[in-house]
Amino acid sequence: MLPIIFIMPALQLLVLSYTATFEIKNVRFVTVDHDKSSLSKKLINKFDGSSFFEYKGNAANYNEAEQMVISDKADQILIIEQEFGKNLNIEKAGKVQVITNAINGNAAGLMNAYANAIISDFNKQIIIEQYPTKKIGLPIVVKPLFWYNPELNYITYMVPGILVLLVTLIGMFLSGMNLVKEKELGTIEQINVTPIKKYQFIAGKLIPFWIIALIDLGIGLLLAWFVFNIPIIGSVFLIFFVASVYLLLVLSFGLFISTLTNTMQQSMFITWFFVVIFILMSGLFTPIESMPHWAQVVDKFNPIAYFIKINRMIMLKGSGFFDFQKEFWILVAYGIGMFTFSIMRYRKTA
Amino acid sequence: MWAFIKKEFYHIFRDYRSMIILFGMPVVQVLLFGFAITNDINDVKIAILDHSKDEVTREITQKIISSNYFLLVDNLSTNAQIEEAFKKGEIKQVVIFEPDFAKKLEREGSADIQLILDASEPNTANMLNAYTTGIINTYSLQRMIKLNLIPISIQAETQMLFNPELKSVYMFVPGVITVLLMLVSAMMTSISITREKELGTMEALLVSPLKPIQIIIGKVTPYVLLSFINLIVILLLARFVFDMPVKGSVILLLAESVLFIIMALALGILISTISKTQQQAMLLSMFALMLPIILLSGFIFPVENMPVILQYLSHIMPPKWFIIIIKNIMLKGVGIAYFWKETLIILFMTLFFIGMSVKKFKIRLE
Repeated sequence: MLPIIFIMPALQLLVLSYTATFEIKNVRFVTVDHDKSSLSKKLINKFDGSSFFEYKGNAANYNEAEQMVISDKADQILIIEQEFGKNLNIEKAGKVQVITNAINGNAAGLMNAYANAIISDFNKQIIIEQYPTKKIGLPIVVKPLFWYNPELNYITYMVPGILVLLVTLIGMFLSGMNLVKEKELGTIEQINVTPIKKYQFIAGKLIPFWIIALIDLGIGLLLAWFVFNIPIIGSVFLIFFVASVYLLLVLSFGLFISTLTNTMQQSMFITWFFVVIFILMSGLFTPIESMPHWAQVVDKFNPIAYFIKINRMIMLKGSGFFDFQKEFWILVAYGIGMFTFSIMRYRKTA
Repeated sequence: MWAFIKKEFYHIFRDYRSMIILFGMPVVQVLLFGFAITNDINDVKIAILDHSKDEVTREITQKIISSNYFLLVDNLSTNAQIEEAFKKGEIKQVVIFEPDFAKKLEREGSADIQLILDASEPNTANMLNAYTTGIINTYSLQRMIKLNLIPISIQAETQMLFNPELKSVYMFVPGVITVLLMLVSAMMTSISITREKELGTMEALLVSPLKPIQIIIGKVTPYVLLSFINLIVILLLARFVFDMPVKGSVILLLAESVLFIIMALALGILISTISKTQQQAMLLSMFALMLPIILLSGFIFPVENMPVILQYLSHIMPPKWFIIIIKNIMLKGVGIAYFWKETLIILFMTLFFIGMSVKKFKIRLE
């Protein structure tokens, strides 16, 4: 048991923080060059030279290229029309076609943008060659500045979130199983006949898990600091303070579930149901802003979403208590509500 | 043997709460996630800091707002306000126009727009940057064409295969199906077998004339059936609620799914043979499997872009292969010729898990 509780979270934090990237590095592209002129070759070379693209060769016709996409040997097809070079020289206009595997819509959007950027770059290049005096370039220059994470390092962004997930998983599953275990093994009746008060019993059940989860958080923060070199800009004390309140909510939640159920199997299943929803809607993997309005309303009941938001604000932006006090008080109210519920639900009768 | 299987069915069906959970929850989850999990950018809150306030900046602002991607929540007036606006965590992006924007554009032929993005969420920041830049560049390009500034132009036509509307549902539904089947099957069996151990009823089963293999088959059969019904429900939802096409053969899809379910159940059995209590079984099947399955299967984040070591690690994640198969059948509409390798891998994993559990299964209890 102990290794699972302490080593597993650390191991998962170390491994899983690296997974969450939408970056696209190697777009495997195949060409169908109907023109085979020096200009079309130049365009292909331009793609090949870019670090985003990995050239997979020229296909004889579209069908062959499509087969390569279907069998997952290529992601993108570039078709160059016949007389492409001639048209560019004489009519000053040419056509190409970019076909992208769009099963992953998001990645397809990016791949398409890369391809377009290269084509317009090529366009500029031939304008310079043919009209050396012409001033070109878009008149409005957009300069992006990435605050809080200038290198767009996604690990920095994932670690605070995964940390919250792991602490939540530990707290929720352990507390969700605990009471129901006594029920299933019948030992709860022995406790029921002792003079112990309800709140004493429940507090006794929760405090060990509360401490275990906080230790896990501590281990995670140390890893974040030493292994991932994430500067914890805000106050570590503040993180622990919010975490200790948050964990009371999580533990009460687990406890509440275990008062509702009779067997561990049921309890596990219900806990699992909520945890999967909370995790996938936490804003860690897909932004909450992208969700439809009703889902954002549902998310108001998602404790993980609040704590991830707060934890990121403290760790990455150095926000202070007043910057997130609204979220904090929601957690407090939610926690008190859940705790009251579970004490009410738990009756000292079998 | 039949009596035993029947008994297991009674066990499961009698427990109406578990039944509700078993069928209700996957449905709720597919619906919830199918609609809610998306990377599509819409109504992202932004602020604008317009030092110039002229015709052109207003036009660009208008273009940005009317794109549906962004929601203007704040008009800032000084640079000092930017930091504060970000710290509150409300906005994700500030668009800054330099002073005398239109005049500069007219006289010098170029002017600057500065974007400041909250990159604590780098994936979103990247996309916001791409979208905003795209809108502004389109505006520039139209302006250049209007002023007749471009002598040669290459037109790039774009076509999106398999998912022309770039719906993220196409990406997520196969993932949700896989994760649900995997966790439900593996978790349910592992807990149900360790339960017998923990309550001591396993001994009663072991002294019965049933062979260990018969006990296991008896335990697993009901779950195969239940998972299969779950699968059908999920597929119907995907088809009729989310308009996921099933271009390939439905029978093939079902056959592959049954293979996958059996694989997950075998994994569940293996977990139950190595854990003594339900709590251990639960922790193993849930805690050890949940996040890795979600993150390393290509469900949300494409595996090809991860560090190489993780790509190797993802090879041992069964869901990865199943997601590839589902996408091939449903979206590309191809036959087994395109994914026999993936099928073999799952088959091999199934045999491996079964072999391991038979070896580990002890007839005696300590």
